[in-house]
Amino acid sequence: MARLMSLAEAISENVQDGDTVAMEGFTHLIPYAAGHEVIRQGKKDLFLIRMTPDILYDQLIGAGAARGMKFSWGGNPGVGSLHRFRDAVENQWPRPLEIEEHSHAAMANAYEAGAANLPFAMLRGYIGADLTKVNPNIKQVTCPFTGEVLAAVPAIRPDVTIIHALRADRKGNVLIEGIVGVQKEAVLGAKRSIVTVEEIVDELNPPSPNSVVLPSWAVTGVVEVPGGAFPSYAQGYYPRSNAFYIAWDEIARDRDTFQAWIEENIMKAGPEDFAKHAKKAA
Amino acid sequence: MSDFTPTEMMTIAASRALTNDDVCFVGIGAPSAACNVARLTHAPDITLIYESGTVGTKPDVLPLSIGDGELCDTALFTVSVPEMFRYWLQGGRITTGFLGGAQIDRFANLNTTVVGPYDHPKVRLPGGGGAPEIASNCGQIFITMALSKRGFVDKLNFITSMGHGEGGNHRERLGMKTKGPTRVITDLCILEPDPVTKELTVVSIHQGVTREQIVENCGWPVKFAQTVIDTPVPTDTELQTLRDINARTKKAHQGNKEAA
Repeated sequence: MARLMSLAEAISENVQDGDTVAMEGFTHLIPYAAGHEVIRQGKKDLFLIRMTPDILYDQLIGAGAARGMKFSWGGNPGVGSLHRFRDAVENQWPRPLEIEEHSHAAMANAYEAGAANLPFAMLRGYIGADLTKVNPNIKQVTCPFTGEVLAAVPAIRPDVTIIHALRADRKGNVLIEGIVGVQKEAVLGAKRSIVTVEEIVDELNPPSPNSVVLPSWAVTGVVEVPGGAFPSYAQGYYPRSNAFYIAWDEIARDRDTFQAWIEENIMKAGPEDFAKHAKKAA
Repeated sequence: MSDFTPTEMMTIAASRALTNDDVCFVGIGAPSAACNVARLTHAPDITLIYESGTVGTKPDVLPLSIGDGELCDTALFTVSVPEMFRYWLQGGRITTGFLGGAQIDRFANLNTTVVGPYDHPKVRLPGGGGAPEIASNCGQIFITMALSKRGFVDKLNFITSMGHGEGGNHRERLGMKTKGPTRVITDLCILEPDPVTKELTVVSIHQGVTREQIVENCGWPVKFAQTVIDTPVPTDTELQTLRDINARTKKAHQGNKEAA
């Protein structure tokens, strides 16, 4: 059964130095508050996994928390580069970053294989693409029935997966709606999982029998952090702050302004500071 | 309303490539603008799909990311990302993929990964995202990007997604049954692959643009088709639709600016 706990407790008990950590949320429901707690606690040598690293992994990489990253698209959506990610790859600042790069289709398949307790995923993918030349984890498998050659990638099995969801009930059952991304697969494929939520309610009342619900017994820890996805968003709670995504470009471009931002907004802040973003959209 | 910018011409020419029956996988940026102009003008029933899993979406403002809430709010339905890539894209349900890119070569291969060597890049770009499988699994691919020597290069450092590879029947030899890139829409002209060699060839030139300009802005000695037509100028409706959606988008993206 999931334990309801504080964010500090959830991160310190479940994220260890050196762990393989997936923080998922495909544009929607990105677990910013939890990622900031990882930085605040000084976790290090993490191997980060995420389809779209987004600003959150730019912050973790720039803060020096990561030894490596597995990903499929490393940009600031609609804005441009992730400058801290680029600085790490191009100039090894603040430390070298080992990268394992895939396509979205391969990452999505690999998460699904992890949830299904399979060793690898296969797809009709990477045809004529140069990633196969630089990533030794992209291999080929031959269909035993038709002889077709398909791409194969290892299943994603994180030590810990961290996601943000809309709400949970007091038993720790979790509801996700809207763009659901790969969060279900990322949680089910992981050894441990932390879910931050906008609110904890008496009754989950899933709006439809087909809503995505993660049962308490498939989750390790649940933490109430209103606003915890900002500047990403929570469907029905608050919108994506596209303005912040645009503003991040300037903040992250320069090492000093980046470090000042981290100091002010992460090191000197706490999960409760996200609550101001949680006001329901008018 | 006879005045228009080269970028407006590019977006509108790109929108005309789409039809009402298309099921289109939309890349962010220029492709997204073109696809929505098509939906708001001549192709009202087009199905637009973004890789976040939103299917049949009708955004009122252009999304900044592929997963803005606007896309989900206005979608016919929304699926998980694994379902998007497995059932709908790999399943062969998508007629058209619309991509942009940082660099393209004469066979419409795209690079959005690195400039310079992969292990020691001069510039690290975002990477492929959905593009490698969009390029191979969609029925056909349209590409839109501004024509420049920096973007249209003689040789790519890295092939992120394959177009026509080395040209000729390269796709077929690799077992692909889809058409690959069939049109590249730029701010100066439209190019299409030669039916045999698959080398991109200029087939249509936008108003006020000279052949010399096109040659000067392309990183390889670009060829012109035997018959080159004049791209029809944007209609008032097309221009107004594009300007309206851009204005709504600009206004929407400026709000809600707070520090986390």
